Amino acid sequence: MVNPYYAKTDIGPPYFWDMLPEIIKNNYGKWLYHEHVKPGVLKHVGEAGELYTVRVGSPRLLSIDTLRWFADIADKYCDGHLRFTSRHNVEFLLTDPSKIDALIEEVEAAGWPVGGTGKSLKNLIHTQGWIHCHSAATDASGTVKAVMDDLYEYFKKDDLPAKLKISMACCLNMCGAVHCSDIAFVGVHRKIPRVQEGLANTCEIPNVVASCPTGAISPNPKEKSVIINEEKCMYCGNCFSVCPSLPIADPENDGIAVFVGGKVSNTRSGPAFSKLVIPFIPNEPPRWEKLVVAIRNLVEIWVKDAKKGERYGEWIERIGWEKFFEKANLPFTDKHIDDFIFSVPTFRTTTQFKFTNNK
Amino acid sequence: MTEKKRPLLDELKKGKWPSFVTEIEKSAAKKPSAEALLDLVERSYKENRVHWKHGGIVGVRGYGGGVIGRYCDLPEEFPHLAEFHTIRVNQPSGWFYTSDALRTLCNIWEKHGSGLTNMHGATGDAILLGTTTEHLQDCFNDLSDAGFDLGGSGSNLRTPSACVGPARCEYACFDTLDLCHHITNAYQDELHRPMWPYKFKIKISGCPNDCTASIARADLSIIGTWRDAIQVNQEAVKEYVDNGFDVKAVQRACPTKCISFDAEKKELNIDNENCTRCMHCINEMPKALRIGKEKGATILLGGKATIVQSAFLGWVIKPFIKLDKEDGYQELHDLLEKIWAWWDEHAKVRERIGELIYRKGMASFLKAVDLEPAPQMVKHPRENPYFFWYPEDFAAEKEVKEAGKQVAGTEVAE
Ligand code: HEM
Ligand code: HEM
Ligand code: SF4
Ligand code: SF4
Ligand code: SF4
Ligand code: SF4
Repeated sequence: MVNPYYAKTDIGPPYFWDMLPEIIKNNYGKWLYHEHVKPGVLKHVGEAGELYTVRVGSPRLLSIDTLRWFADIADKYCDGHLRFTSRHNVEFLLTDPSKIDALIEEVEAAGWPVGGTGKSLKNLIHTQGWIHCHSAATDASGTVKAVMDDLYEYFKKDDLPAKLKISMACCLNMCGAVHCSDIAFVGVHRKIPRVQEGLANTCEIPNVVASCPTGAISPNPKEKSVIINEEKCMYCGNCFSVCPSLPIADPENDGIAVFVGGKVSNTRSGPAFSKLVIPFIPNEPPRWEKLVVAIRNLVEIWVKDAKKGERYGEWIERIGWEKFFEKANLPFTDKHIDDFIFSVPTFRTTTQFKFTNNK
Repeated sequence: MTEKKRPLLDELKKGKWPSFVTEIEKSAAKKPSAEALLDLVERSYKENRVHWKHGGIVGVRGYGGGVIGRYCDLPEEFPHLAEFHTIRVNQPSGWFYTSDALRTLCNIWEKHGSGLTNMHGATGDAILLGTTTEHLQDCFNDLSDAGFDLGGSGSNLRTPSACVGPARCEYACFDTLDLCHHITNAYQDELHRPMWPYKFKIKISGCPNDCTASIARADLSIIGTWRDAIQVNQEAVKEYVDNGFDVKAVQRACPTKCISFDAEKKELNIDNENCTRCMHCINEMPKALRIGKEKGATILLGGKATIVQSAFLGWVIKPFIKLDKEDGYQELHDLLEKIWAWWDEHAKVRERIGELIYRKGMASFLKAVDLEPAPQMVKHPRENPYFFWYPEDFAAEKEVKEAGKQVAGTEVAE
């Protein structure tokens, strides 16, 4: 290459202060309170004036054409300022409340939903799936699109018992950490990795052996390869993460598992993991009908039965997991009982429980 | 014509939620790689399987991370996707942009990539999705010249992220955005040049609502809190009552039952010594209740997703830390660097800090990083009698005895 140019490294991210609108600079650290004006619209009141936020849901995967259009909207209504949220929403920041309705009208006319504030369904956070990752057991964007189309109304309203956070990850690596969500669905494999020839050329055998959480992998020195013990492998795919010669994707048998009842905020009962309720739903591209029905069922039983203010897991804590399975009309199987390393503390060690229909 | 070409993806253009297929199509109008992506994903939809290979090591000069190599497993059929790498761009704290800054990113990505982005990825970075090895350096050059830098990937410090904090939230107990910007800049080397056993994630939330979900997905969580009393504005309480707001419901949901409410006087009081600062009452009555005045943060360590040994939620290692802009957050720096040194020395390859502590025990961890054990660190004390004694314990005992005093912990009330 002739005269290569290497730009400066380690300059760090752009300084956030330069990105803030005047109203935020003036109120920085001086906010007094906020109100929910209507679904999708927040009003923050500070010592130096009021700020209105219009929250717009996005599929996260955005073309630069759309980003430029967002920038135009920000110029037109918000003096050129906007922000994104950790759940893939776009937020337009206004000082003039008389512009709110016009902004909403314009973005909604273009197909962008306003909502996701207060006691609503939040935007679904998700990962790459078939769009960009080698590890995926299901698609991310497609499953999310199908589920959000179906639950659209809950994003647009804010009269749920509490906020509802649904997350998805396309393999057990769980980029985006879905394991503490009200409802989480995760791509899963169900067959052991296939050991390919020439493994030792691509992978360090000791690393591969060490990667397995259940000790299912042992070296096979004769073949310069490894052996996977079918009885110990629970298809987590971690060995594939460290070694490409152990593909685990399987079109026939991959699918989705559903977990519920997690949360991260410290409010009331504190953070909690989501727990397995549906071990397997097959992949059904393009619209994942069974998944969509299953998630809607999970949402609706909560909406119907939870008391005001109860997050998904708080509701189940109150009624008990045995009642949950009854209300959700879901079978309880051997898959639901933990047999990994921290299993015993999850067993019921009291005679206090509720009898249910089937048990 | 596209109707016939991609019947499965076309199904995902239907429905009310904005469609990712439509987004890719917008880019496909200009970019052959985006067009090819539609075909590849259609193929995945038909075959129920992914068509990407394991990433390779690609990058830009001077950096060991920030780019995720990605190669299609059908390069002959999809030459435009033979290389389709991701560039992680470090977001401004709080994900605030001016429209011009956003356009600058778009222009650079139009020049060098597929025109597709994720705004934003789960670690917080702006994700530029899909370019070739050849474009990486030029793309970085343009980014850097425009004031952007890469985020982290690989076994290094991942891009720290922060909640909106004082920019738009009355609950912020410290300046989350400033701290995030400060830490990111202070540890550019750790962020850009993988040299650790595995990844390390820092997330910063201004209050216990933890809007960055740091407890669940950061190795180190910094969560704002306060030590004194919730500030009550009794006038505003009265207003809530007069507007028909159910204060009793808030009282019932308080996990520590430390709210008292006099319905006649319309007065609410909090037994602050017993309040665990769960935020519930403040969230419900933001006009009447405010966080306290003596503010700082709680530090938690060890959070991670399931792979490998099970998921962990972060646990308390420092109940309260002052976060002083003036002294450059020195106390936090000292703690972080001690943690990294211990982890770097003892961890196996791909062992997260939480897993290392699980393997080695909290006692050795606390000693190594000079933290005093505190009851705030556990839900309850140990239930088994399997604890260790160390030479230094006996030495300390001896010293106390020789001084003619009682051994700590053996005092008995007369
Ligand atoms: C051991 C566990 C993990 C492994 C092996 C892993 C691996 C990967 C891989 C291979 C990708 C590339 C996807 C692509 O080609 O675009 C990726 C993307 C990503 N991962 Fe992970 N990941 C793990 C856990 C996590 C967790 C827990 C988080 C977040 C808290 C996370 C955050 C991300 C982010 C931000 C991306 C970029 C795109 C996105 O947001 O989906 N990862 N990860
Ligand atoms: C404008 C300032 C904000 C306020 C006043 C606010 C308020 C709250 C409240 C009240 C909670 C606790 C809810 C509960 O009772 O469980 C919460 C939690 C949370 N908020 Fe915010 N929020 C703000 C901004 C945001 C933003 C911009 C995001 C990103 C999209 C966000 C994401 C979250 C997350 C992830 C949680 C954790 C809740 C969980 O999963 O359990 N928040 N926030
Ligand atoms: S969750 Fe798994 S498949 Fe999905 S992006 Fe992360 S590593 Fe890839
Ligand atoms: S998939 Fe998981 S459990 Fe199975 S062999 Fe690989 S690492 Fe072990
Ligand atoms: S974590 Fe607390 S301070 Fe930060 S945005 Fe959420 S509610 Fe506000
Ligand atoms: S913050 Fe939580 S624990 Fe404290 S008084 Fe309010 S509801 Fe009770």
